[in-house]
Amino acid sequence: MANHAPSFTTPGGEPVFMMTDKDHHPENGTSLGFWIYLMSDCLIFASLFATYAVLGKSYAAGPAPKDLFDLELVAVNTAMLLFSSITYGFAMLEAYKKNVGRTIIWLGITGLFGASFIGIELYEFHHLIAEGAGPQRSAFLSAFFALVGTHGLHVTVGLIWLVTLMVQVGKNGVGPANMRRLSCLSMFWHFLDVIWIGVFSFVYLMGVIG
Amino acid sequence: MSATAENHASHGHDHDHHDDGGHDHGSFKSYLTGFILSVILTAIPFWLVMGDVIADKTVLVLAIMGLGVVQIFVHMIYFLHMNGKSEGGWTLMAMLFTVVLVMITLIGSLWVLFHLNTNLMPMTVDQIKNLP
Repeated sequence: MANHAPSFTTPGGEPVFMMTDKDHHPENGTSLGFWIYLMSDCLIFASLFATYAVLGKSYAAGPAPKDLFDLELVAVNTAMLLFSSITYGFAMLEAYKKNVGRTIIWLGITGLFGASFIGIELYEFHHLIAEGAGPQRSAFLSAFFALVGTHGLHVTVGLIWLVTLMVQVGKNGVGPANMRRLSCLSMFWHFLDVIWIGVFSFVYLMGVIG
Repeated sequence: MSATAENHASHGHDHDHHDDGGHDHGSFKSYLTGFILSVILTAIPFWLVMGDVIADKTVLVLAIMGLGVVQIFVHMIYFLHMNGKSEGGWTLMAMLFTVVLVMITLIGSLWVLFHLNTNLMPMTVDQIKNLP
């Protein structure tokens, strides 16, 4: 019996592993794990969208989307997020080329677009609340602030993460660890843009047409 | 097995960043394609609504939703680099599972709660008088 069994050691006595970790899991688990986190985040947004869909017409005799939303502002906001998506893509491409300086510059530009997005959103929120259309006004506005505010909060966290990574890339270059971090933020950032497509289509555009 | 081997072979010669996993990272061209498509797919619904192009509300809503779904696919493919091969197909699996859950959440909520809403409509004086 033993004669037919495959040998598990080299003649020198070194063990031979029939199945290395590399063969079994060719990929690093971080990307997949982060992706699954994003999918769970997607479920949070799905429930917020569902809440908005149910409550979005309950105005409590208050203002309706048509009276409140400024589509030009939303268009500018959408453009900011879209620009930040492609500039983040450029940052990733520079990072793959191991070009630290340009990676940081593109990350910085992405951060500026993201910050303008947040700035415009805060301006919009401030304007709504000053008009008396705050989250406590009606079920529609509660659902609106919950959904759009959660998205804005995600973008804010993304910005903090972005600045952190700019510092880290500046200090340690684009080694494997920083590449892993950059690609996680890449997924996060593009994912938020995907959610925004739902927000501007479903909340703003469809809200205005009533 | 052969897919794994191919993956390694194709990764080996054009870049040396194995640690980030089997993620396809796109190129300048693919990012630009995705960006241009997104701009078009964003501009059309805004134009439709702001320019009062379509009078029929149902058609307008369907157009906005349709364009939104197409744009989500564009982002998934060109920005998030989704394909059946990344992470051995597991990202796609996780996403499909999530899409099913999202659909159940959205359609289920709307279905159940719109009925609830109808049943909770304020009653007229007449209805209150004739309560069983």
